[in-house]
Amino acid sequence: MRPQKAAPFPSVPLLRRRAALIALAALALLPALPAGAAEPIRIGELNSYKAQAAFLDPYRKGMELALKQVNDAGGVLGRPLELISRDDGGNPGDAVRVATELLTRDKVDLLTGTFLSHVGLAVAELAKRRKVFFLAAEPLTDKLTWADGNRYTFRLRPSTYMQVAMLMPEAVKANRKRWAIVYPNYEYGQSAAQTFKTLLKAAQPDVEFVAEQATPLGKIDAGPVAQAIADAKPDAVFNVLFAADLARFVREANTRKALDGTFVVSLLSGEPEYLDPLKEEAPIGWVVTGYPWYSITIPAHQAFLDAYRAAYNDYPRLGSIVGYATIKSLAAGLAKAGSTDSEKLVEAFEGLEVDGPFGPFTYRASDHQATVGAFVGTLAVKHGRGIMLDPVYVDGASVLPSDAEVLKLRPAAN
Amino acid sequence: MSFESLLFQAVNGFASASGLFLVAAGLSIIFGVTRIVNMAHGSFYMLGLYLAVTLAPRLGEVFGDALGFWGAILGAALITAALGALVEVLLLRRIYAAPELYQLLATFALLLILSDATLALWGPEDILGPRAPGLTGTVELLGRQLPDSDIFLALIGPIVLIVLHIVLTRTRFGRLVRAATQDREMVAALGINEAVLFTAVFALGTGIAGFGGALQMAREPANLALDLSVLGDAFVVVVIGGLGSIRGAYLAALLVAEVKALCTALGIVEVAGFTFNMSRLTLVAEFLVMAVVLVVRPHGLFGRPLPPAARRGDMEAPLAPLGQRGRFLVLAALALFAAVPLFGLVSSYAPVLALDMVIAALFAASLHLLMGPGGLASFGHAAYFGLGAYGTAYAATVLGLPTPLALGVGIITASAGAVLFGWFCVRLEGVYFAMLTLAFAQIVWSIAHQWEEVTGGSNGLFGVWPDAPFDSAGGLYLAALAVTVLGLVLLRRLVFAPLGLALRAARDSRLRAEASGIAVEKVRWLAFAVAGTLCGAAGGLFAFAKGSISPEAISVGRSIDGLVMVLLGGVHSLMGPLLGAGGLTLLQDMVMRESPFWRGLLGLLILALVLAFPSGLAGGLRRVRSTP
Repeated sequence: MRPQKAAPFPSVPLLRRRAALIALAALALLPALPAGAAEPIRIGELNSYKAQAAFLDPYRKGMELALKQVNDAGGVLGRPLELISRDDGGNPGDAVRVATELLTRDKVDLLTGTFLSHVGLAVAELAKRRKVFFLAAEPLTDKLTWADGNRYTFRLRPSTYMQVAMLMPEAVKANRKRWAIVYPNYEYGQSAAQTFKTLLKAAQPDVEFVAEQATPLGKIDAGPVAQAIADAKPDAVFNVLFAADLARFVREANTRKALDGTFVVSLLSGEPEYLDPLKEEAPIGWVVTGYPWYSITIPAHQAFLDAYRAAYNDYPRLGSIVGYATIKSLAAGLAKAGSTDSEKLVEAFEGLEVDGPFGPFTYRASDHQATVGAFVGTLAVKHGRGIMLDPVYVDGASVLPSDAEVLKLRPAAN
Repeated sequence: MSFESLLFQAVNGFASASGLFLVAAGLSIIFGVTRIVNMAHGSFYMLGLYLAVTLAPRLGEVFGDALGFWGAILGAALITAALGALVEVLLLRRIYAAPELYQLLATFALLLILSDATLALWGPEDILGPRAPGLTGTVELLGRQLPDSDIFLALIGPIVLIVLHIVLTRTRFGRLVRAATQDREMVAALGINEAVLFTAVFALGTGIAGFGGALQMAREPANLALDLSVLGDAFVVVVIGGLGSIRGAYLAALLVAEVKALCTALGIVEVAGFTFNMSRLTLVAEFLVMAVVLVVRPHGLFGRPLPPAARRGDMEAPLAPLGQRGRFLVLAALALFAAVPLFGLVSSYAPVLALDMVIAALFAASLHLLMGPGGLASFGHAAYFGLGAYGTAYAATVLGLPTPLALGVGIITASAGAVLFGWFCVRLEGVYFAMLTLAFAQIVWSIAHQWEEVTGGSNGLFGVWPDAPFDSAGGLYLAALAVTVLGLVLLRRLVFAPLGLALRAARDSRLRAEASGIAVEKVRWLAFAVAGTLCGAAGGLFAFAKGSISPEAISVGRSIDGLVMVLLGGVHSLMGPLLGAGGLTLLQDMVMRESPFWRGLLGLLILALVLAFPSGLAGGLRRVRSTP
């Protein structure tokens, strides 16, 4: 900051520095060792393990569980699956480098993973460029399968649009006139808010949006935000906040009685990752999307739940489901394609049927979106922790636009 | 929007202000005395909160809820203070003699280590602490409910302010602290044990941070993102208030909190037919306030010009041109780097990694022009990287320009940004300069983040791939190498040209430089523009290398990466930033592959390098040479 002082230069200073530079450069150029003889199918996986630890730790466990099951059953195409997992650094720049490294140094057959939307989109762009199959596991952005959708990219988790659409019947049924919206100020929040407004306005033309709070991600000033919403006197609220922002907002709203008598629909808040930290303060009566692992009666889920608990002595989170279904999808797709060739994989995935923990689902040929759904239920508190009451499984296929509409939404892929 | 709701929001602002003030106060005290830009300050705040939510239920079982809650806050503050003292004794004490800013590198490493240690100790899930016993109710005010805990928080800020004021003005310790803030060498010369004083000050500062974190127990869950998010706020508040001024920090905290509360309260406003959601401004409100304050009052609200550095090291020798052997080695290195695509036949990852190294080298070298010869540490150099990248991406995708032209557009964009922001920045010195550059970078970031139509919002722009012949890994790499080498040659020429000499003269003695007829601000402005322009070239190459660009390229994290590269390599050598950039890129690539706790590992490695080479890799290698 101020002038820097240091020891004087010696007269001929450069030899060692240069030597070190050469050594460093040489280190980078060491060729990768050749692969072993077993010839497994290599799955290149990258994710923001450090930046999103709460979601991705269970995700990794889910993946490993599925991997073990697949390999114990003899692998795919007579070859075992090998998972090569890397941290993507939580940003697109590093992610693209790591993905390239997986492809070039580790010679993986396909790519999967990613959590953050901008990272997922960047890797999808790379997949398109290099013509490599990419199954995006977690990113929610609609752009991944629609506006920026491409031939080589598929997505497992229900998109932002689907999550909002799942809540829509409840929102319409409540028949409230004055809505307020609170969302984190980035693409996910903005597009969720926009979709909600469009869909609700279409279903209920006399609706009025009286307040919109866009809060900085991870830095919500919860008191003033809760107060500003209360001051707008809404009779219903649509919430897109999650994680620490959600906890802050819920606590302030509770203390200030800001949402008393207000009907609230909320995205993702029923996922254990976000619901469990709230403990007995979980906001009772909110209608949410989520994963009520404790009250799902689907047989496939029971089998998954038992296996997961036996393996990790812990209950699964939504991330576990995503990780598990990702590997199961890849196994099914590889088996159907009969090859690890990217073009064949793309063809196999279009219309691929997979048996997931929530029952069978399909990868749509039109927009490469999986029809995995989510549960919608009402929050309650039981034994000091939040739960979803009367959860109903909403099939993803039932909330997605038709193939003809999707065609218009995917200019890049056509 | 009624007057009452605005007034009520203003009352809310006081509670938020106290929180901001408590983080900032500790940072201000530590900086004032030790001159350490403590990057780990937010980590101590985060630790305070984690400790409190852990202690509260345990103490609660033994002593009852109320005592458990307040005991946990006190305990957390004491433990973070002790930890701070430990860090000062074990780590920082060893590097006070190093040039200023190198402590920044050490505390940055500490930030990485503490972040991973917290993850290892407490796990990834957010932990919500108990509410404050006895403060769970509300008071009715203006027809609205004001939480008791907000009233308590609103009062605790001024109380801490008064206590600190009394300690600093009425006690012997306070007099010593103020004296050390003014002139450390004089304090030492008068027989005061500096070491003990520094340890105490560091413990006090970190203790206040821990206390501030613990107090948030009632308001927010302990989570791993706190360290960085709080750090930015703390810097902003300290700088707006004026470094070393505690009451300035309080006033600044109040100003920032009230501006944010106002933006939130206004919500959607309509002006002349345009609707604008004011709440979206909360993303960048504090940086807007800081930019305005620094432009109007270059030393913050209550700040005074910094006293000259207390520990003066040896004068830096003038940079020497390369000797014959040096030239030969540079050519050899150049040949090696040019041959990388050939290695690519063996390992096709080599050109990919080498491309990242080359881009990082240009980024770091352009920052070094300001930091080294200019003596101006920019904390917002990513702004020009981002402008270059976005300009290039926009030109290549939306305008459909050919690759070289698109890169040109990016460079021009960055250049224009640097000329504009530079004009304001070069009027300032030291930390104030650093913070104004940071503010501008954050403003650019928030524009990229929100201007969906042009920048693609938080997701960014996609499909930024170069045309033939640059579309292969080797082709783009060679082109990037050529641009970088051209940039480096230009920078080197510049440093030995009259402009560079004037720049160095202004750094070493502004007064004498001005007396000799050097227009210091003009020279610095020009250097700023050149640095920004070349940085824009690095950004443009980055966009083509990655195929996409997102606001992350302008984030604080990238600016810090730049600082770390330059410091790791060594400020006093033109080769330093190149070594640092290559070294950091390689290190990161390697540790990310090796361990799930790669951030902590990276922190430990940086720490080891700082302790082994307190003046950077280049300086260290030189020292090894000169002591056979």
